[in-house]
Parts: sequence; C-alpha cells; structure tokens
Amino acid sequence: MSTAPDTRPQPDPVVGDTLHAALAAGERPPRPSALSTCPTFGWRGMLKIKHVPEQLIDVSLTPVLFLLMFTYLFGGAVAGSTDEYLQFLLPGVLVQSVLFTSVYSGVSLNTDVTKGVVDRFRSLPLWRPAPLVGAVVGDSVRYVIASTVVIVLGLIMGFEAAAGIGGILAAVALIVVFSFGLSWVFTVVGLLLRAPNAVMNTGFMALFPLVFLSNIFVEPKTLPGWLEWFVGVNPISHLVSATRGLMQGDGVGEDILITLAAAAALTAVFAPLTVRLYRNRG
Amino acid sequence: MSSQPALAIEAGGLVKSFGATRAVDGVDLAVPRGAVYGVLGPNGAGKTTTIRMLATLLRPDAGSARVLGRDIVTEADAVRGLVSLTGQLASVDEDLTGRENLLLLGRLLGYSRARSKQRAAELLEAFGLEDAAGRQVKNYSGGMRRRLDIAASLVVTPELMFLDEPTTGLDPRSRNQVWDIIRALVAEGTTVLLCTQYLDEADQLAERIAVIDHGRVIAEGTPGQLKASVGQGTLHVRLHEPEQREEAERVLSQALESPVHLESDPVALSVPVEDAERASEAVGELFGAGVGVANFSLGQPSLDEVFLALTGHPAEEQAA
Repeated sequence: MSTAPDTRPQPDPVVGDTLHAALAAGERPPRPSALSTCPTFGWRGMLKIKHVPEQLIDVSLTPVLFLLMFTYLFGGAVAGSTDEYLQFLLPGVLVQSVLFTSVYSGVSLNTDVTKGVVDRFRSLPLWRPAPLVGAVVGDSVRYVIASTVVIVLGLIMGFEAAAGIGGILAAVALIVVFSFGLSWVFTVVGLLLRAPNAVMNTGFMALFPLVFLSNIFVEPKTLPGWLEWFVGVNPISHLVSATRGLMQGDGVGEDILITLAAAAALTAVFAPLTVRLYRNRG
Repeated sequence: MSSQPALAIEAGGLVKSFGATRAVDGVDLAVPRGAVYGVLGPNGAGKTTTIRMLATLLRPDAGSARVLGRDIVTEADAVRGLVSLTGQLASVDEDLTGRENLLLLGRLLGYSRARSKQRAAELLEAFGLEDAAGRQVKNYSGGMRRRLDIAASLVVTPELMFLDEPTTGLDPRSRNQVWDIIRALVAEGTTVLLCTQYLDEADQLAERIAVIDHGRVIAEGTPGQLKASVGQGTLHVRLHEPEQREEAERVLSQALESPVHLESDPVALSVPVEDAERASEAVGELFGAGVGVANFSLGQPSLDEVFLALTGHPAEEQAA
C-alpha cells in the first residue's frame, strides 16, 4: 500500500504494484521444441470437450440412431434377420460415425479463425503447423469416444466379433488413422469457408454420398454394374471391408494396405495445403 | 550497435492490397523505443493492416520494415519472439476459463507446468481477474475479456507490444484500466504501438503520433506539434441562454475576424484565435453586448480539430 495520494477517482481492480511486479516477472523461457507444443494444443482440445460436452452429443447420438434404425427397420428386409444384418452393419456404422466426426476438425479450426484465436497462435514464436497438428491429433479422442459408443451399443444388441477385443482395437486404430488423413481435407475446407456452419454443411454434404455409395449398408453385388464399380473404388468401402475383416479375423491385407495408402495420400496432399493456407491467410 | 537499434520500428513504403482495394498505400514509420507511439485514424484507414504486417501476420506486397532490428519478412520468426499482439478481436478461447487460457499460452511459450501455473496466477492477480479465473471467458464482461486478452499478450513480457484499438467498445472505467496497464507497460520498458480511432486516447498516452488516412501517413509528430500545425488555439464560450447564441456569434466573428463554429450543444460556440489578448478583448465585447456568458476558456486545438484540418473530414461522427 502506497501512502501517496491517488488522484484517480476510484481504486480500480488493476492493482498497481502487482501489475508492475507481474510485468517485470515475465522473463522469456527457452523456446520449446517444435513437437513439444503439439500435445499442448491437444490438451486444449480436451479442455474444450470438458467445458462444452454438448459437442459430443451429435458425435454419439447420430450413430446410435443409425444403428438402431437400420438394424431394426431394414435388417429383416436386407439380410433376412435383424441379428444377421447387425453383424454386417456394425463395422460400417462404426466407420461412418467416425468419418462424420472428422468434419469437426474443420469446424473448430474455422471457429478459431472467425473468433481471432488463430491470430494469437500465429503471432507466437511456434513451429507453425503445431496448432494444426496438435488439434487434428487431439481430435482422435473424439474418434475413440464415437467408436466406443457404437461398439458398446453393438455388443449390447448382439454383435459378435470373432477376432475378439484385439480385432476390435485393431479395427478402431485403422479407422482413426484414416480419419486423421481425411480430417486434413476438412481443415482445408475450414480455412476456405467463412463460417463454421458452412464448413459443417459442406463436409456433411460431401460425406453423405461417399458413405451411402459404399458397402456400409448393402452388399455391392446387389447393385447395378456402374454403381458396383463406384462402390468398389470408393476408399471408404475398403476401410469398411478392412474393419469387418479385422473384427472377424478374416484376411484383409489388401484392404488394409489400400486404406493406409489412401490415408497417406490424403495427408500428403491436404496437410501441406492446410499449413500453406493457414500461414498465408490475411 | 546492431543488437540495440535506436528505433523499435522502421518501416518504409509498406503496401498491402486486398483485391482492388489498396488498404495500405506506402506507409513509412519510425517508432522510437520505450514509449507509446500512436497510430491514429478513422475506421478503414489501414491501421489494422499495417499492424498485422508489422506483427508478421500479413506479408507486405511492397516495402519493408524492421521490428527491433529484424526484418518482418526474412526474420519473421525472430520478430515473433520479441513482440506480442492484442488484436481487435479478443483473441482468447471463449470456451476455456481465464486461467486455462493463460496456462495454455505459458506452456506454448515454453514455461514448465509449474511456472505456467505461477505465471497465470501472477497475471490474474495483477489484472484483477482472480475471482473470474475459473469461469469460462464467454461469461466475462467486455472489460474483463479485454484485460484477459492483454494479460495473454504479457505472459512473456514483450519488448514491443502491438495494441489494435484496445479500448473500442469499453465503458469509461474499463478504458481507464486499459490506459493504466499501457502506462505500466511502458514504465517497465516495453515499447507500445497503439492503434486508435480515439483522439483523446492518442493525446493521453502517446509520445508521438502518426495520423493515417486512406492507407497513408498524412502527419507525424508529438501531439503538441500536430496541434501547433493547425493554429494557436481555440476560444470556447458557453452561454446561459441558447437564444443569445446568434448575437454572440455576430459579436465574436466581428471581433476576431474568424469563422465561428456552432457546437452541437446549443449554448456553446468556438472560434480559432491567433493570440490570447484579442481573445480576452472579444470576451469583453460579449459582456458589453449584454450576452450572458456562463464560462469561457482558451485551449489548444483538440486532435479532432487537427484531424479535420489535415484531412478535410472529421475523424468520426461523434468524436470522443
């Protein structure tokens, strides 16, 4: 407490002495390494899930609805019995729910841009891709949550994985890897569009045909030839086949390789593009 | 020598266009160290674009600048390690709490977990945000949010701080707090580049001011120099009765041979004057003519008048 008279009309909450002390104490630490800042951005993602748990509702509710609706509504008609259809459908719904979740990478990046948070990160002396890599890796937590919801519900409904827990974990790991690659597409969309909602709509519009024109819901051999061809080249079909194979213990080496190659290709093209757009944005 | 350049910012011919719009059209700046340097101009004058180029967020189309001796294009990363920016948007994460925002930045800047916590606590106390530390920022008032935003820029005390309209939209009390923070920052040795559209803000804080309009610097100097370039000063008169203003206008314009400005307040008038003696004679004539004068004062011209004289248009409709 200073004894000198304060000419200001009222004491304000910015306490003079502590302010000066705080300003004097802000010594610059040694610069962190490029990769060590990525987990910090991942931690930020966790904090956001903690504070805004609502964001998990659509992540978990949509697949629940799909699984229940398709199994009990179409199961009998498509596969003869709901139980048999569930065995076919569950790996596909698992893939679908995680793929839709990857759109949120673009939505949250766009939110950061429109709110100005990106300006803060870009003005820090950081390895420049760190905010992007950290966020996209952190989004894997969402993928795991969405996967858990679908698998637990599936098991309750009577899904049986012949390859056991190991097969399920391997399948989820593959899906997460592919979604990581796909999320770079949506970060590009997130940096190109003006509003978070536009990113969400664009992402979903792009994913819907790809998800439906795959082998998630029906056997491709029941389709007309041109459509069967498209389903065959759709990378999502290969991911679904690999997921089914891993869960049931069938040999699906080729599908796994194609899936990993697709993930690598998406990352190789869209991750640098994201970084470039991020770096050069006004 | 080269480690401590005399100027904090040295910019020459900075240009930036967005499509057909030339937002910044050849800005030169020489900002000395250790003081507040004001960049004053109306909305859309190019202040924000200039500051974003200097803070390495935008690459200039032409021209060059050195910030603390480092080139903003070729040594952008080194510049980022010395400066911090508080932009117009409060660039804090609204979903996180105040403390978490500061912790996040502490970690990103390289503090240990423990030091980040300690630093966040120091800043929260210094900025009067202790009680709100655990609340999400989306629930903060405008003044609190702005203080947190500034605190977030000071996790590591920068050598140079860019402040882009830090008091726009704040109530007078919050504005005074921000001013106090800026003064404290300069007292601790930080150079501040302050963009503002408020004339009194630049007048209060800045040691030197660059007036910017349509992407160009149209005047530069101390507040006193800028005012002196416009004229000696202004006689302000307030009357008891608005009905007498017409009579007062006639008397004053005759006595001082200058155009009389009728203020929006119906009892107020102002006249530019050349010297104090003639001004006092003119006031005497008002009394002689039976005009009821409530008070009068002779003052330096305001920066508002400076802006009007320099650009031919007022800085804003309702200047502060």
